[in-house]
Amino acid sequence: MAKLANKTALVTGASRGIGRATALALAAAGARVIIHYGRNADEAKTVVDQIRATGGRADAVAADLAAPDGAHVLAAQVRNLIGNRLDIFVSNAGISKAAPVESITVKDFDDLFAVNVRAPYFLLQQLLPILGEGGSVVFVSSLGARAAVGTLSAYAATKGAIDTLVKYFAAALGPNAVAPGVIDTDMSNFTKTEEGRATVQGMQALKRIGQPGDVASVIAFLASDDARWITGDTIHVDGGSKL
Amino acid sequence: MNIPVVLITGGLTGIGRAAAVAFAKKGAKVVVAGRRDEVGKELVKELRSFGSEAEFIHADVRKEDDVRSMVDKTVARFGRLDVAVNNAATEGQVGPITDQTAETFAATFETNVLGVVLSMKHEVRVMQPQGSGSIINISSTYGHRGAAYASIYVGAKHAVEGITKSVALELAKTGIRVNAVAPGPTDTGMLTRFAGTAESKAALQKQVPLDRLGLSEEIADGIVFIGSDGAKWITGEILNVDGGMTAN
Repeated sequence: MAKLANKTALVTGASRGIGRATALALAAAGARVIIHYGRNADEAKTVVDQIRATGGRADAVAADLAAPDGAHVLAAQVRNLIGNRLDIFVSNAGISKAAPVESITVKDFDDLFAVNVRAPYFLLQQLLPILGEGGSVVFVSSLGARAAVGTLSAYAATKGAIDTLVKYFAAALGPNAVAPGVIDTDMSNFTKTEEGRATVQGMQALKRIGQPGDVASVIAFLASDDARWITGDTIHVDGGSKL
Repeated sequence: MNIPVVLITGGLTGIGRAAAVAFAKKGAKVVVAGRRDEVGKELVKELRSFGSEAEFIHADVRKEDDVRSMVDKTVARFGRLDVAVNNAATEGQVGPITDQTAETFAATFETNVLGVVLSMKHEVRVMQPQGSGSIINISSTYGHRGAAYASIYVGAKHAVEGITKSVALELAKTGIRVNAVAPGPTDTGMLTRFAGTAESKAALQKQVPLDRLGLSEEIADGIVFIGSDGAKWITGEILNVDGGMTAN
């Protein structure tokens, strides 16, 4: 049941974590997947190889989404690679910073907003001409946008911006977001210590640590025709955190 | 995965019927519950034509004896209960607050709130020993938004969302997930009765960013997903399947 057969997808930040799991899930559903990465060329190649090994189609593209023209550069590369039709855009690339407000610098703040808000915004703008009728856009938000979690204030504010954009674009573009809770990835500090894991258990209804695949399956659903009447929504994929 | 056993209340028309068809087409064993026996029997024939094992059970969700028996008969027939869609609802008496009475309040809350509570109570009773299950309550955009002249219906759907989150927390350690699907205006008989006039129906549609009414089949696809393993990390969630109405 190749739900995404003949669809082409771009997943940003797809060399690791949720992005990687999403790329694999979309490919498993039949999509051709463009694997964007920032610095991890080897890891991106591994994802591409893994998809190709199972008969899927994938290519890797590099772009620095912290750069002011990063989104424009990436969109141009994508258009060169696939031509004039993109069906699925998963805006996943992001950076995080856990620190109390006293120690966040202007550079920290600007870097977070550059990668997590500016890049997705302009990437969407630049991809609009090739996002076909019935195309799907999925942003990755965060539990932190809905409720305070640890010392993630600046990071969480970037995700609040994403939730707002999803609402604004609802009528025209049909985007949605997923808001993962704590997920076992390189980015999360919570999963690396006993204390962190205890904090997670305390705020979650379900008592295990979420895995990238838990989020990827929801993104794959949102990218499919089965979700055609869902737009402007942020789906919380967090094991029932802070209900 | 084993073939899931799905129970749908209010399963004979509209969104409930579409959900029954969607699950049946995926090969699930489907029990539709409702109050009209002839309609139920006809629907079961259709569900079986998709290759699904299907049954109709007569039940009025306002009556605990009916609900208990509905769940017990489901388990007696199919051995377990994996997915429960608590969909039975009434639009009640739409109109100004000054027209509402203890009776109009009770009529809506008995089906839309008590019905969901009783259904969950008995579904959980059989899901807990299994250590698994997925419950989906059907809310509405009006479960988190207000609407003039629909205060009782809106209040009942707000109750459904609060109850959904609370029971999700209560059951998290048991392996049972509890979520709600909140449709926007959907092209059903209930919407026609709820709107009352063509003008009022058109006005409802105007609130939908995608500028049309939803189809029951579109809501059903959301229900099937949230009941599936693909949503195993989602509990206590209100999934808006509403053409963007909540975002607007």
